[in-house]
Amino acid sequence: MGHVRHLYVHLPFCAHRCGYCDFVTAVGRHDQHGSYVDALLVELTIERSVLAEPLDTLFLGGGTPTFTEATELARLLERLPVAEELTVEANPETVTPGLARMLRDQGVNRISLGAQSFQPHLLAVLERRATPADVRQAVAHLREAGFDNISLDLIYGIPGQSSTDLARDLAEALALEPEHLSCYELEAKPGTRFTHAHGAELERQAEAMESYFEQVVDTLTAAGYRWYETANFCLEGTRAHGRELRARHNLGYWHGSDYLGIGMGAVSTVSGERRRNAPGLARYVAALVQGARPPSDVELIDRETSEREKLMLGLRLDEPLVLADVADAVDRSALERFAAGGLVDLTENGRGEEISLTRQGRFLGGGVTAELLLL
Amino acid sequence: MEQDRIRNFAIIAHIDHGKSTLADRVLELTGALTQREMREQVLDTMELERERGITIKAQAVRVRWRGHELNLIDTPGHVDFTYEVSRSLQACEGALLVVDAAQGIEAQTLANAYLAIDGHLEIVPVVNKIDLPQADPAGASRELGELLGEAPDRVLRISAKTGEGVPEVLDAIIERIPAPTGDPDAPARALIFDSSYDQYRGVVAFVRVVDGSFETREPLRAMAQGTAFEAEELGVLSPAHEPVSSLGAGEVGYVITGLKDVSRLRVGDTLTSRRRPAAEPLPGYQDVKPMVFAGIFPTDSDDYPELRDALERLKLNDGSLSYEPETSQALGFGFRCGFLGLLHMEIVRERLEREFDLDLLITAPTVAYRATTRTGEAVEVHNPAEMPRELEQVEEPYVKASVIVPKDYVGAVMELANERRGSFDHLEYLSEERVLLSYELPLGEIVLDFYDQLKSRTRGYASFDYDLAGFKPGELARVDILVGGEQVDALSLIIHRDFAYDRGRQLVERLRQEIPRQMFDVPVQAAIGSRVIARETIKARRKDVLAKCYGGDITRKRKLLEKQKKGKKRMKQVGGVEVPQEAFLAVLNLDSERKR
Repeated sequence: MGHVRHLYVHLPFCAHRCGYCDFVTAVGRHDQHGSYVDALLVELTIERSVLAEPLDTLFLGGGTPTFTEATELARLLERLPVAEELTVEANPETVTPGLARMLRDQGVNRISLGAQSFQPHLLAVLERRATPADVRQAVAHLREAGFDNISLDLIYGIPGQSSTDLARDLAEALALEPEHLSCYELEAKPGTRFTHAHGAELERQAEAMESYFEQVVDTLTAAGYRWYETANFCLEGTRAHGRELRARHNLGYWHGSDYLGIGMGAVSTVSGERRRNAPGLARYVAALVQGARPPSDVELIDRETSEREKLMLGLRLDEPLVLADVADAVDRSALERFAAGGLVDLTENGRGEEISLTRQGRFLGGGVTAELLLL
Repeated sequence: MEQDRIRNFAIIAHIDHGKSTLADRVLELTGALTQREMREQVLDTMELERERGITIKAQAVRVRWRGHELNLIDTPGHVDFTYEVSRSLQACEGALLVVDAAQGIEAQTLANAYLAIDGHLEIVPVVNKIDLPQADPAGASRELGELLGEAPDRVLRISAKTGEGVPEVLDAIIERIPAPTGDPDAPARALIFDSSYDQYRGVVAFVRVVDGSFETREPLRAMAQGTAFEAEELGVLSPAHEPVSSLGAGEVGYVITGLKDVSRLRVGDTLTSRRRPAAEPLPGYQDVKPMVFAGIFPTDSDDYPELRDALERLKLNDGSLSYEPETSQALGFGFRCGFLGLLHMEIVRERLEREFDLDLLITAPTVAYRATTRTGEAVEVHNPAEMPRELEQVEEPYVKASVIVPKDYVGAVMELANERRGSFDHLEYLSEERVLLSYELPLGEIVLDFYDQLKSRTRGYASFDYDLAGFKPGELARVDILVGGEQVDALSLIIHRDFAYDRGRQLVERLRQEIPRQMFDVPVQAAIGSRVIARETIKARRKDVLAKCYGGDITRKRKLLEKQKKGKKRMKQVGGVEVPQEAFLAVLNLDSERKR
């Protein structure tokens, strides 16, 4: 038996590719869902020995996992290892009462729902198919099926989005009382259709939208959510009824734990080796039909690199990072400068020195982390 | 050759008035070069000279015409090289003064004509480009005649391009220019009017023998500097190097010295024989001093050794370039270089960039100041950051500037000269249309963008020349620029108190625009001493995060941050602020921006 306690399963199928998306996806292909699930299960068999079962977490991401043919999705869930936290990503328009029940029956205990916005004009810019009503409906179906850990994804900084629009989206999301929220600033990723269409406008708006991140954090923390990671919020304390509502699967990444990823384009990091399966559905399936590992790139993560990643990931969290664990990755002079400037907290306790970003530092986390890196 | 069959002459002309073309035609007509060997503008050997249409290095060419030996001594054609021009002229008994038939006299022509008149040269006026449709040979001849006090019909009208009138020019050289009159039996004396450096043979001096004669292998001495050496080879340029066994009185030629350092043989010095030395050197030697200074830094600090080597090599051929190491906190290791003037600086910069392929950062040019501290100590300051703060007095160099413009632009020129603290000297009508304005101006006001401003305010019609006119005390202040509370040494400047505020504000505003927002608020200030005269704040960024980071994109995000950090390492740190190279460039180019 292995030591890896986190498994990611990639389900690439989507009804449609949204303009801003740069994930590994495949549109439609209903006839291939079955063979893809077969391939996933073969890959799992090949890699399974690294896993420590029962797992801590299992995460089905996409793509749109819930766009996968329901019978194939059910067959997959039935055969996957048992995990304490089992999350499935879903798009609102795919969530029917039947689907919700099936997921629940298969042991899924957490849903990450891609709401993105509650306003038709912004959803249109994002090319999302769900209507605001679909989002509310989906949450209702999930609650009815017994889900008590729902996360909503929101996107802000959408071209044409005013600060009032953002306030409205946040209020709508909060009204649904999700246990967890992920709020991402829209990124104009190079080469996407979206950047082509809206890139120039996003740049023009950049200054006006500079305060949106603060607005998100202020609104959600005021509503009782813990800002536990740069882009992630969860209920805590009495409102959480004492439950841990942070995304445990993602915490695995942020803490630098090993993880296995299966599926086309999926990434694993196991014992200092990072393996990325090649994108491309046909190649992936073809290899596994032969019982062979799919084509992949391998990157060796040496100790220095691993420490740099721990620093980069750890500083996204609201928990302090033990400095000794990342000592060789940290530029001490930058650290002291930021500590003096009020962007980093440097504290000393029983475990030695610890660092974390101050509230101000977290808003500038990217730049601060970059400068803290010792190269 | 008997002295009465020798004629030594120079050609004086404004840029583009056809000096080089006339020289080419002379070589062709006298058979010094066959048509096949003919290359456009033979005398301008350096690539850069060709492109800029100017001549940097004077050379001498011997040609034959109707039983006479004619030595054409080429002169540099720009204001920065006035001293070199005067030495070239001193080697001659006469000069052709060439004026474009369409343009008339320009300031530079005038300046050099006066140099020739002061040197008692016989001047042969020539109006060139009479083949051009817009030419006004009669008008130009009248102007030239008036200037020289000659009858207009004595002015030769030619086209160097077609060759029309050029034989008559050669005839006039023989008929009008006197033969040399040195004493062939006196102790030998020769004027050094130029020098160059040959990789294999060392310093080559170009000389005009005045008295006596020199022989190959003769032990020689440069009288002002005292440098002693042996004449390894004597020769003439016709135009190829042609060794001769001796050079006699009145002749022009070269001396290969074997010296390894051009600065040991200065233009204007007198060569004599150590066997029978002359008692007195020829008059007029000056130790030319650089008046314009700027810091030159490699854009990439790794290129410092290359820059040092390049300057060393340039210096071999350019005795008037000076440099010494300079360390700037903001720009790293570089050199403080001294130049004769702005054009000289531009030429050095271009040669460094072009011939040595270097990327350079050049600080704003400044002039030599003479400062007296409160304790009575006198210092010469070449770098604003080194100007003492506790000052009793500062003196700055002044120039006498001449500007020639069509009369409609007199107002514009006066306005500019007044803005630049000029004091009016006199105004003179050269013709009904054209006016000569003469001003005294601080050199410090000229070094930045005076010439560009003059050109743009007169639609390119103005011509400009200046001559140094000594030092005068001024109400000058040292303005420092501070970023994040720390002084940026490379941006300090010395400026008249009346302009300090505006200039400080411009610099500070520009820096605010150019320095990217940081993690903290960054004050940018201009200060005189401890008094802040302008201030801007670069507001801190409010947000800088990677939106998401999960298992699939850890590598990509890590590389992004690593790249960001590496980019910062390349920036210059000032007061804890990363200032990109471009910000310095933008500020240093403030003036060129302003004039656009």
